Amino acid sequence: MDIVEVMAPDEDAAPPPLPPAAFHILIALTGGERHGYAILQEIGSRTGGEVKLGAGTLYRTIQRLLEQGLIEETDERPDPALDDERRRYYRITALGAAAARAEAGRLLRLVRLARRSGLVPEKA
Amino acid sequence: MRFYRWLLLLYPAHFRAEYGAELRALFSLRRREASWEPAFWLREIGDVVLNAARVHWDVLRQDLRFAARTLSRSPGFTATAVLVTALGIGANTAVFSVTDRVLIRPLPFPESDRLVQLWQKAPGYTRIELSPPNYEDWKKLARSFQSMAAYERNAANLVGQGEPQRVEGAALGGELLPLLRVEPLLGRLFLPDDEKLGGPAVVMLSYGLWQSKFGGAQDVVGRSVRLDDKSHTIVGVMPPWFAFPDTSARFWIPLRLDPNNYGGRDDNFLYAVARLGPGVTLEAARAELELISASLEREYPKENENTRANVVMLRDQASPQARLLLVALFGGAACVLLIACTNLASLLLSRALRRRRELSVRAALGAGRERLVRQLLTESLVLALAGGGLGVLLSLGLTPFLARLVPTTLPVADAAAIDLRVLAFAGLLTLATGVAFGIVPALRSCSADPDELRGGARTTLGGRRDRLRWTLVGAEVTASVALAIVAGLLMRAAWRVQAIDPGFRSEGVLTLRTALPIPRYGSVAQRHQLYSKVLSEVEALPGVSHAAYVSFLPIAMGGGIWAVEMNGVPAVRTQGHTASLRYVTPGYFATMGVPVRSGRGIDETDSGAAPYVAVVSESFVQRYWPAEDPIGRRFTFALAERTVAGVVGDVRVRGLERDSEPQVYIPHRQVRDGNTLNYVPKDLVVRSTLPPEALVPALRRIVASADPDLPISDVRLLQDVLDTATGARRAQVAVLSAFALLALSLAGLGIHGLLSYAVSQRIPEIGLRLALGAQPGSILRMVLRDGVRVAALGGVLGLLLAYGAGRSMEALLFGVGPGDLATYAGGFVLVAATVLSGCLVPALRAVRVDPTIALRAEA
Repeated sequence: MDIVEVMAPDEDAAPPPLPPAAFHILIALTGGERHGYAILQEIGSRTGGEVKLGAGTLYRTIQRLLEQGLIEETDERPDPALDDERRRYYRITALGAAAARAEAGRLLRLVRLARRSGLVPEKA
Repeated sequence: MRFYRWLLLLYPAHFRAEYGAELRALFSLRRREASWEPAFWLREIGDVVLNAARVHWDVLRQDLRFAARTLSRSPGFTATAVLVTALGIGANTAVFSVTDRVLIRPLPFPESDRLVQLWQKAPGYTRIELSPPNYEDWKKLARSFQSMAAYERNAANLVGQGEPQRVEGAALGGELLPLLRVEPLLGRLFLPDDEKLGGPAVVMLSYGLWQSKFGGAQDVVGRSVRLDDKSHTIVGVMPPWFAFPDTSARFWIPLRLDPNNYGGRDDNFLYAVARLGPGVTLEAARAELELISASLEREYPKENENTRANVVMLRDQASPQARLLLVALFGGAACVLLIACTNLASLLLSRALRRRRELSVRAALGAGRERLVRQLLTESLVLALAGGGLGVLLSLGLTPFLARLVPTTLPVADAAAIDLRVLAFAGLLTLATGVAFGIVPALRSCSADPDELRGGARTTLGGRRDRLRWTLVGAEVTASVALAIVAGLLMRAAWRVQAIDPGFRSEGVLTLRTALPIPRYGSVAQRHQLYSKVLSEVEALPGVSHAAYVSFLPIAMGGGIWAVEMNGVPAVRTQGHTASLRYVTPGYFATMGVPVRSGRGIDETDSGAAPYVAVVSESFVQRYWPAEDPIGRRFTFALAERTVAGVVGDVRVRGLERDSEPQVYIPHRQVRDGNTLNYVPKDLVVRSTLPPEALVPALRRIVASADPDLPISDVRLLQDVLDTATGARRAQVAVLSAFALLALSLAGLGIHGLLSYAVSQRIPEIGLRLALGAQPGSILRMVLRDGVRVAALGGVLGLLLAYGAGRSMEALLFGVGPGDLATYAGGFVLVAATVLSGCLVPALRAVRVDPTIALRAEA
C-alpha cells in the first residue's frame, strides 16, 4: 500500500550524518522524556547557553525524527495538574539511541583525525 | 501574537495542525524571557521563514519521490499524459513566439509606443506614400508631434566588394535616426550638412553588410564604397538589431529632396514616421492631421482631392490580415491546449477515482486533505513539466515553419525564435496547465468521504463525478468541432485562392533581376543595347523559347500605378482612373504566357522614333470602350499620348487575393531619357524547358559578359513568386489543420477513455441484463447513448462557436461564407467518425460481456 511508502524514510541510503539540531535533541532526550520547551532548556543548560534552537527548528527536527523513528511521542503525562495539556512529550527510541551513538562515534573519529594531523592539541 | 499566528501560515497546513499550538506556546514563553524585543522578533521571523521553507522542501521531495514512483508504475498513462501536454504546450509556444514578435513585443526603440507612421489616404486606399509638399506642410503645421521625419526606399548596386550585389536600403531624413533614438555602433549618424543637395556622398552600413562585405573591420569608417557607380564615404555602422524600415535594409544614405525632381503634390513617394509629443494621444494626433489635411484639400482642391492623413502606430504596421491570421492561429493553439488539459483532467479524474480507496485509507489514517491535494498536484505538475520540456523541443522544430507568417514589413531585425521571453511563457503555461488539469481531480478525489471505505469501491453511473467528466469530454468535442470547421473554412479559402488564374502561365519560367545603375543606363539607347545583347544570347540557348525584360514582375511588385487621362480630361486618381504601368521588351507576352486577345503585342518596330503605342488589358477596354473596338484609340499615360496597338488578358498584378487595376504595357524604348527611371526594365523572364540548375549559370555568364558590374539578384521560378504570395495562407492552413486533427484525436481519445471506464464499471449490470435476456442491440444502444448524447451536444455548441469564429475572420475567408455548407458537412462527418471510433471499442466490449463471468465476479 502506498501509504507505507510515503511515510517510509530512505531505507536504502546509508545512515547520513545527523544534523546538529537533531543530535542535540537526541542527547537532551537521553535524560528522559521531555516536552518541547524542556528540550530547549535542557540543550541550553548542557551547552552553557551556547546553543539556542529556534522553535521552528525544534519542531521541524522533531517531525523528522518522528518520521525516522528515532524518537516517539509518549502517552503518559505527569500529573495533569502540573502540566499544560497542550504539551506533547517525546522520548528517544532504541533506534534513536543507536543513531546518536553512531553520530557520536563519527564525530569522535573526526576529532581523532584532526588531532593526528596536528590540527587540535592533544588533551592536556 | 497575532503577527506570529499570521507568520505561522507560512508552514504547510499539516505541520501547523500538528505543532502550531506548541509553537505558539513556546513563542509566548520565550517572549517573556526576551531581553530586547527587536532582536527577539528578528530571530523569530528568521526561524519561521527558514524552517517553513525547509518543511516545504521536505514535503516536495517526498511528493516528488512518490510521484516518480506512481508514474513509473503506469508508464502507458504517463507517456500519454506527457505527450498530450507536450503537443498542447509545443503548439502554443511556437505560435506565441511568432505572435509575440508581430503583435506584442515593443519595437526595439526607446519609448517605441510613441512612434507612429504617417500615410496619406484617399477613398479606396488607406496607405498612400506622402508627396514631399504635403509632408512639408504636415510637418510645419502639426503640433502633436515631438518630431517628424521622412524616408524613401532605395536600392543600389554594390560594386567593388567581391561579386556585384543588389542591396536594399533607405534614404533617411536627417531627423529620423534621432527620432528613433538610436545610436550607431561605429562612427556617426547623419549631420544636417549631409542632407544638402550636392553634398558629399555618405552612407551608413547595416551590421550585416559590414560583416559580410568588410569582415567587420574596425577601421571601416572613412573608407569608401561604390553604390550604383558612385563612390560613397562610410560614416557609420548601425547595431545588429537595427532594421529600418524593415529587415531588407542594408544601407542608409541621407534623404536629399530636390524640389525640381519631384512632380508636386500628387507625386507620392515619401514615407514618414513621427514621435508623439508628451501627453498627446494617437486620437488627438489623428484629429489634428485630419484638420490639417482638410485645409490642405481646400487649398489644393485638384491635387489633394479627398486626400486625408492616416496615422497608425509604428508597432501596428503589420496588415490587419496578418494580424487576424495570427490571432486565428493563437486561438487554434489555445483550443488544442484546452483540449489537452481537459483530456488530462479527465484521465487523472478516472485515475483518481480508481485510487479513491487508497486515498480514503490515507485520509482515515490522518493524512490531511491539504497534504493529499498537494501530493496529487505535485504529480500533475511533474507530468506538466515533463510535457512542457518536450513541448519546447517540439516548438523548436515548429518555429522556423511558422516564421513564414511574420510579415517582412516590421522594423524588427531577428526572425521569430525561442528565446528567454518565449521560454518564460512556456514555463508559465506549463505551470498553469499542470494546475488546471490537476486541481479538479485532486480536490474531487480527496473530498473527505469516509463512506467510501464502507461502501466499497464501486461507483454508480451518472454520479456527480461522472457528470463532470462527461462535461469535460463535451467541452473537448465543442472545441475540436470549432477548430475543425474553422480549419476547413480556411482550407476552402486557400483552395479558392490557389485556383485563381493569375493571368500568366508560371510553369517553366525563370526570373532574375539585373538592376541597372543610373546614370550609366539612363538613356534608352544604352539600355536597348544591353537588352538586345542579353536577350539574343539567352534566346539562342538550347531549350529556351522566349525571354524578355519587364519593369517589375506581377505580384512580386503590386505597385506602379499611374493616372489615365482620356480625351484630354485630366485624370483624377481617386476616381479610379488608374492603371498599372509596365515597360516591356518585345516577347514579354509570349514569355509570360499572357494571351494576346486582339491587335498585336509589342514588337521590334516600336522604337523611340515610331508612334507611341500601348498594349492594354481586357479590363482596361472594359472600363473605357466596353462596346467599341479599342485598337487605334488614344489616351494619355506615363507622360505621353499613346495609341492602343493590342489587347491582352488581365493579369493579377496585385496578387491573387486582391483586385488589380487595369494594366498598360509600353514598349521600353518609348520613353524620354530621364523619365520614369524607376520603371526601367530590370526583371529578366525566361521561358525554357531547361532545369534551373542548368539555366542559371548560363544566364549569369551572359549577363556578366554584357556588363561585369551588373549584380544578379532574386533568382527564382515564377512559380515561387506565386507560392510566396500564398505562402502565409498555406502555412496557416497547414498549421490549423494539424491543430484540428490533433484536437479531434484527443477528443476521440477522451470519449474512448471515458466510455471504457463507464463500461468497465457497469460490467456486472450488463451481465445481469444479458442474463435476464437483454438483446446485444439494446446493450449497444445503452452504451452508445451516453457517448452520442454528449458528442451531439458538444457538437452543436462547436458549430455555433465555429460560425462565430468564421464571422469574425471573414476577411481571411476570401468569399467562402462563414456558414459554408460543404465545410460544415465535412466537419460533421469527421466528428461523427471520431465519436463513433471513440465509442466503438468500449461498446463492443460491453456486448461481449459474458454474463456468467460478470455475475460470478459480482458474487
